[in-house]
Amino acid sequence: MALTTYVEAIRQGIWEEMEKDERVFVLGEDVGIYGGAFKVTAGMLEKFGEWRIIDTPISESAIVGAAIGAALMGMRPIAEMQFADFISCAFDQITNFAAKCRYRWGAGVPIVIRGPSGGGVHGGPFHSQNPEMHYVHTPGLKVVCPATAYDAKGLIKAAIRDPDPVIYFEHKFLYRRVKEELPSEDFVVPIGKAAVRRQGSDISVITYGAMLYLALDAAKELEKEGIDLEVVDLRSLLPFDKETVLESVKKTNKVILLHEDTRIGGFAGELAAIIADEAFEYLDGPVRRITAPDTPVPYSPPLEDFFLPKVSDIVRVARELYAY
Amino acid sequence: MNVKAINPHHAAREGTQPADLLPKKTLSDMLYYMKQVRELEFRIERKLYRQGKIVGGVYVGRGQEAIAVGACLQLREDDVVCPSHRDMGAFLIRGMSLRTILGQYMARKTGATRGRDGNMHMGDLKLNLIPFVSMLGDNVPVATGVGLSFKMRGQDRVALCFFGDGATSRGDWHEGINMAAVFKVPVVFICNNNQYAYSTPLERQMAVENVADRAVAYGLPGEIVDGNDILAVWDATNRAIERARAGDGPSLIECKTFRMTGHSAHDDAGYVPPELFEFWEEKDPIRRFERFLTQRGIASAADIEEIQKRINREIDEAIQIAEKDPFPEPEDCLRDVYYEGE
Repeated sequence: MALTTYVEAIRQGIWEEMEKDERVFVLGEDVGIYGGAFKVTAGMLEKFGEWRIIDTPISESAIVGAAIGAALMGMRPIAEMQFADFISCAFDQITNFAAKCRYRWGAGVPIVIRGPSGGGVHGGPFHSQNPEMHYVHTPGLKVVCPATAYDAKGLIKAAIRDPDPVIYFEHKFLYRRVKEELPSEDFVVPIGKAAVRRQGSDISVITYGAMLYLALDAAKELEKEGIDLEVVDLRSLLPFDKETVLESVKKTNKVILLHEDTRIGGFAGELAAIIADEAFEYLDGPVRRITAPDTPVPYSPPLEDFFLPKVSDIVRVARELYAY
Repeated sequence: MNVKAINPHHAAREGTQPADLLPKKTLSDMLYYMKQVRELEFRIERKLYRQGKIVGGVYVGRGQEAIAVGACLQLREDDVVCPSHRDMGAFLIRGMSLRTILGQYMARKTGATRGRDGNMHMGDLKLNLIPFVSMLGDNVPVATGVGLSFKMRGQDRVALCFFGDGATSRGDWHEGINMAAVFKVPVVFICNNNQYAYSTPLERQMAVENVADRAVAYGLPGEIVDGNDILAVWDATNRAIERARAGDGPSLIECKTFRMTGHSAHDDAGYVPPELFEFWEEKDPIRRFERFLTQRGIASAADIEEIQKRINREIDEAIQIAEKDPFPEPEDCLRDVYYEGE
């Protein structure tokens, strides 16, 4: 069976949902004739036509606003942000309109806002960001960050079917670098469920997105010296799978919180607080964070390499924690 | 700012008045709803607010009643309205009850948002009413999406989207209008140009003379009407709706009017030159329409008096009920952030 890339998995997920449900449509910049800057919507214009794959003006706020309006009328829009960085232009529509409709007046806004986030491709400050926490801090939204092709497909389908607004961050570094065999039958990955990617007994590494692969590489390296990492892939940040995180921490008694996003106000801080609140008695060492530093994402390779967390960071911190 | 500069007549289109063509029922609905809005907002702003019974701010549309009423009265049931904060007529015409509206202002469980949100932030999908948010102009892209969904599905429906002159300074307004024009969606954009955005006069808001001038930049028709003349509002909206239904795309209608109050109930509008209020008082849309009806022999002074009595009675009753309606349960704070099932 052929291997499916992460980017193809997203494309398949959207395609299948559009075939199944005529309320589903895509709007965004260059999604039509060009097939999207990363080709997520390649071939869809030909298949579904210009009223379901809609090329829009460069107007992120209006893209999201129009998605909201269409969703209120019963449609299931998927709004593409050409880069997740550009989602800031639509911040107001997302956080003030979409996120609050159900709470204020009982109207669901079943939209998906998706776009490529993350660094590692020397995209510089405006094509590399991880903006998830702005939305994780907004009640009413759901936020997912798939790391595998299976999850990319399963989560986009879950997001499209979800009755509430879902922000779907796809990691551009993974688009063509990760691939796997996917089941031929229909499947979804439930929003809010983590996956334990590696069972281990010494230290839990809680992570999401592209950092998953660094954690797995570090685990392989540490295995040689007898340090056994457990790796938890959150997959969803809002809601997130607290039970799986706490279960893992209670098992290993030591935890590293790893993300590509910057440090202050990053998801690791929230996890650390929850672990301190609810699993303090189980801890045999300090809760450690590995994150990007609090700077914009720099462009030049030496700068960006410095910025991004590395396998060696995980190995070093794990050794320190192991020695506790 | 001088009076001449904001005189609607020097800019307003001198169109044919459709009044002779309108059925008497429509004319009497126009009067009823304008007077109902005036009385309801008078009670909210001048009575209930001052009695401490209203929670939070109050923003009324005194002097602007002709705009929402003249525009919304001609909609079909499945058309959609995205009102702004001085468009009370839209809610009443779409069928939101006085009790629900009063409950909203008094933060009751029975209000349109069950106490989650206040004042004009009211909506109900069953009534095809989409509530605005305080970030003015945000409803413009949303209305564009509503229209887009109609167009995608080939539905014979239109949306009306309301906003003030101040909202047209916001980026969302421009993005939304542009996208609406590009996609030729069936939406009519209606500006309540009441000359002030809170304390900021129009000339500090924009360097063009008219909001309608902005339409040229986006390739949709922009029309200026006397917003205090309900027949002119009806006429312009009617043509714009027909245009939208015919598939010819959106229109922008600028209704020149004046805010006969402060921005909100706590604002005495000391920054507005008194002669402006005097000038616009003469143009009061309700008295003007009453004169029209009596001069044409369509309604007598006694008929008008009767309508006022009926309105007073209905509002008295609704206030009595609403005042006894319960506040929400505190724990209700935690509900409905996400879908919780039917």
